Amino acid sequence: MDSSIALILLQDGLVNGAIYALLGMALVLVFAVTRVIFIPQGEFVTFGALTLAMLVDGKVPGTVYLLLLLGGLVLLQELIRALRSGQWTALPRTLLACVLLPAVLFWLTRRLASPDTSLWMDMLLTLLLIVPMGGMIHRVVYRPLAEASVLVLLITSVAVHFVLVGLGLVFFGAEGWRTPAFIDGQIDLGLTSWSAQSLFVIGTAVVLIGALWLFFGKTLYGRALRATAVNRRGARLVGISTDMSGGLTFTLAALLGAVSGILIAPLTTIYYDTGFLIGLKGFVGAIIGALASYPAAAAGAIFVGLLEAFSSFWASAYKEVIVFTLIIPVLLWLSLRAGPAHDEE
Amino acid sequence: MIRIKYVRQATLAALFAALPWAAQAQVKVGVTVSSTGPAASLGIPERNTVDLLPKEVAGQKIEWIVLDDATDLTQAVKNMRKLVSEDKADVVIGSSATPGSIAMVDVAAETGTPMISVAASVKIVDPVDDKRKWAFKTPQNDALMAGALVDAMVKAKVKTLGFIGFADAYGESWLDETKKAAEAKGIKLVGAEKYGRTDTSVTGQVLKLTSARPDAILIAGSGTPAALPQKELRARNYGGIIYQTHGVANGDFLRVCGKDCDGMILPAGPLLVAAQLPDDNQVKKSALAYIDAYEKVHGAGSVSTFGGHMWDAGQLVVAALPVALKSGAQPGTPAFRKALRDALENVKELAVSQGVFNMSPTDHAGFDQRARVMVKVQGGKWVYQPGL
Repeated sequence: MDSSIALILLQDGLVNGAIYALLGMALVLVFAVTRVIFIPQGEFVTFGALTLAMLVDGKVPGTVYLLLLLGGLVLLQELIRALRSGQWTALPRTLLACVLLPAVLFWLTRRLASPDTSLWMDMLLTLLLIVPMGGMIHRVVYRPLAEASVLVLLITSVAVHFVLVGLGLVFFGAEGWRTPAFIDGQIDLGLTSWSAQSLFVIGTAVVLIGALWLFFGKTLYGRALRATAVNRRGARLVGISTDMSGGLTFTLAALLGAVSGILIAPLTTIYYDTGFLIGLKGFVGAIIGALASYPAAAAGAIFVGLLEAFSSFWASAYKEVIVFTLIIPVLLWLSLRAGPAHDEE
Repeated sequence: MIRIKYVRQATLAALFAALPWAAQAQVKVGVTVSSTGPAASLGIPERNTVDLLPKEVAGQKIEWIVLDDATDLTQAVKNMRKLVSEDKADVVIGSSATPGSIAMVDVAAETGTPMISVAASVKIVDPVDDKRKWAFKTPQNDALMAGALVDAMVKAKVKTLGFIGFADAYGESWLDETKKAAEAKGIKLVGAEKYGRTDTSVTGQVLKLTSARPDAILIAGSGTPAALPQKELRARNYGGIIYQTHGVANGDFLRVCGKDCDGMILPAGPLLVAAQLPDDNQVKKSALAYIDAYEKVHGAGSVSTFGGHMWDAGQLVVAALPVALKSGAQPGTPAFRKALRDALENVKELAVSQGVFNMSPTDHAGFDQRARVMVKVQGGKWVYQPGL
């Protein structure tokens, strides 16, 4: 191995690591606020990437129907709740967010779905289609289970994961898709030339992480999420709705997933089931952050990316083994540090 | 008296009417393919192809029963058991992938049911022992294809070869076959790398391979995942020849790979370039027949070579059925299944969509050189290369 190879591997590892970092942070966020280990996080990546690929290809992606369906389910749940409790005040908002918005998006997608639409327009539309799903999935699946144990929530996550993977096969077919690069060309950085696309990926990840930092540090909603993460009951006592926190968290997770998907779509072929493995590597990063620390999760995820790149060079057959074995020493260290008694709240 | 005569006539008429029913108990063909799961891109065209196969042969009705095994070995075995014990299938076709097919071989031998696999590995049918004597398969052996590749490499004066393949049975099998065939012809394997079907990056492997500077590189992957190393090799400006296997021969691969695939060479079944074959090619007519049948239903350009394997399995059944029926055994009985197996083993010179079958007691794959052609990708199209 010479320095030029090392630099290329470094670049590859950083690009993948940046994506894993986004996913790892989303996992930490979701777990901290709602105690859900969100296995389907990777599916937002696939849905984002493949929805974009379909739109670029001029097809109407199946995700618009999923959005309509999820909206219908939320409406149904809300109606039942309203009938039982007699409180109808939340209904107009639900109608607006879960029926009108998907319907408008459906109409918009059918109008815009042609190969002539600009790539940036397609990207925006993809985000609009995927991001609301986060909140809806929370409303349909996790909100009724908000008080359940971590184990029940984990099992639910596995179920949601399989449902979404199956839907992905129906929507996008078994074969993979790729999108054209957003930015062409190479940029010379002295030592080595970087493709503009990979710089774009890393740049976007950094900007997003910065935006999250601002959101959590400076805004009321961000602080409410942090409060919920620290102590759910305490947060509720000071008037923070845990339902609101959960919905917002899942929307953010969907946003991070969809952006990751859009970023990775031109770099590699994405299949309906690719998301799981990408999400899992984000999860390894999140575990390094003990599912609690954002900077540690991000650093861990970037380390996973680098480790993956270099082990694919030295021992390609054992690449996956090396990456996932990383979890064992980390867990060992975490459990030694935490001591034996570590009960749920 | 008259009344009795009528009764007798009526009884006789009824008997005669019933006779064909008794003689024509329906032949049932069970099919288990991977319409979902990782091998879905193979299973879906295979499932679609079953609908195109004849519902009647030599006056004998055939019922096709199609199940999905989700690319799961256990499910494939369960499906096979269900088809044999509940549906009384006379022959079972499947599964799409090698692991499921190998597991099904045991059930085939145990229940005495002939099976025709549409998966590639030679291990399904070779060697033909007590167990495998019930198993047949329609895709070309990897050795046949690897031999064609190495011949092409010799012609292109390749001295050193790099290899990158799936980190699973598909890649392993190709690595074995390529190594054997290449070393026999004096081509040196200078590097062998692995990658996963769902990997998002192969930069490391490709750098390692290209640093050994081989004259040519073989990518042993199937379906669109094989486009990833191809694109990476091009991105690293690799200048040698890039070979691929017949596992990539479908339209989706070209869609994903785009212009990065121009110039790559692969061995493939004649089906892929059927329209370009010379008219005296024995396979041309039968391959075009399948393409016509499939594209009439699913649209122009929709045909894939994987569906062809299912079509060929169907042709084997269609060819063997009349022979088995002549033996006098009733469909749905062990004797009929045995007769069908014997008939399958004796299929000779049967031209199908991928080649010409010549089954024998020692060869249950039955293809020869006529089942492979060299193909080059030019301008996003598969182009037949008789000279390679």
